[in-house]
Amino acid sequence: MRILLPFVTTLVLGAAAYFFAQAGAQWFLGVLLPYLAFVVFVVGFSAKILSWAKVPVPFRIQTTCGQAKSLDWIKANELESPHTKLGVVVRMALEVLVFRSLFRNTWTTLKRDEKNGPRLVHESDKSLWLFGLLFHWSFLLIFVRHYRFFLEPVPFFVPILERFDGLFQITLPTFYLTDLLILLGITALFLRRLVDPKVKAISLPADFFPLFLIGAIACTGIAMRYVHKVDITKVKAHIQGLMAFNPGATDLEIGAIFYAHLALVSVLAMYFPFSKLMHMGGVFFSPTRNQTNDSREVRHLNPWNPKMKIRTYAEYEDEFRTKMKSAGLPLDQE
Amino acid sequence: MYNAKIILPVLLVFLGLLTYPLWSQKASAPPVLATPLKGEHCIESKDWMRANHMQLLEQWRHSVVRDQNRDHVATDGQHYNKSLSNTCLDCHQKEQFCDSCHTYASVHPYCWECHFDPKEVNHVH
Repeated sequence: MRILLPFVTTLVLGAAAYFFAQAGAQWFLGVLLPYLAFVVFVVGFSAKILSWAKVPVPFRIQTTCGQAKSLDWIKANELESPHTKLGVVVRMALEVLVFRSLFRNTWTTLKRDEKNGPRLVHESDKSLWLFGLLFHWSFLLIFVRHYRFFLEPVPFFVPILERFDGLFQITLPTFYLTDLLILLGITALFLRRLVDPKVKAISLPADFFPLFLIGAIACTGIAMRYVHKVDITKVKAHIQGLMAFNPGATDLEIGAIFYAHLALVSVLAMYFPFSKLMHMGGVFFSPTRNQTNDSREVRHLNPWNPKMKIRTYAEYEDEFRTKMKSAGLPLDQE
Repeated sequence: MYNAKIILPVLLVFLGLLTYPLWSQKASAPPVLATPLKGEHCIESKDWMRANHMQLLEQWRHSVVRDQNRDHVATDGQHYNKSLSNTCLDCHQKEQFCDSCHTYASVHPYCWECHFDPKEVNHVH
């Protein structure tokens, strides 16, 4: 049920958009829904970021995966446990661009060998890192490629990207590598949640729904390009109409599969701010990634500590020095 | 709010980039295709050609290069010479016809790495 529910939801959404487009709901699917989705995304995303920015993180969360800066003769690990701002920027950049922490991912399993009996071992598992990287980079490149619809004239980076993406020059229209890689990545990320019973047990509908949704978006997009073609100039004219806040002046009679694709993307955009997909912004708020590990150098005070009048022992001794001396008590300062 | 000096500018830059297509450009019109210089109809219907011309050209290339077959029979039974330069570009113009849509939608067919429009060549001998 945890898998079936998001799967059926995705199918129903895609099919509904497809059939409503055929029944003549182009204005709703092609104009109202994308505008609504964009507003929900921008407002929801910003609200989420601002709500996170209001959470105080007064203390440094020292990561244990690398030696922090200490005495000079102890070698510090500047990448894992940086004590400078530059080090933090490098660590964050490597995390965002190449998913460094996923490289440490482990897979826990029972190994049986005949001499010693069963043993619980944690072995390195790079598959999540690999397929995660494939999926995310393909998604980014596909998103950037779509700027040929958003901008007129087409910006310079789009043809460069298309050229490398379609390097093999096979099939017509030219086959894009990222189309294959995103499906490969997302299939692996889905199977990962099924294969390992422990991962399956903690997987929720909120984990499967984004996978199915993005998978459906990729499938409709690929189908629209290679199989069930639509008139691409009409698509661009329509998108340009949306961008210029002058929708509907163009021909809305584009294939129903375009509206299914657009509706699924709109659903994704509206779902985004309220889901785990916010890790896009959230990764920058990870305390173990964005903090300098300088607890040994700087004293971090809790900003909301109550202001208390503190009396030190030196002050106490100053007040009672003569009395303490006459009683024969030891003194720090004579 | 904490770290507003970092978070707010980054958020604003992100939103600026995201909304860039909305505020950066004027309304643009889709390309108007030049009417072919001659000929009364294309070898197939306009809508079919719009969707499938690239596949037809690829089939032509294959059958000409591999099988030496230059004879194309259209659905209405008429015979055509399988040639981009001599048949298609006999009526259509590359720059005003092919290129206008291709540029608009950022499509870069590699036809023109070998072929050219005979009409656009200056005959200097």
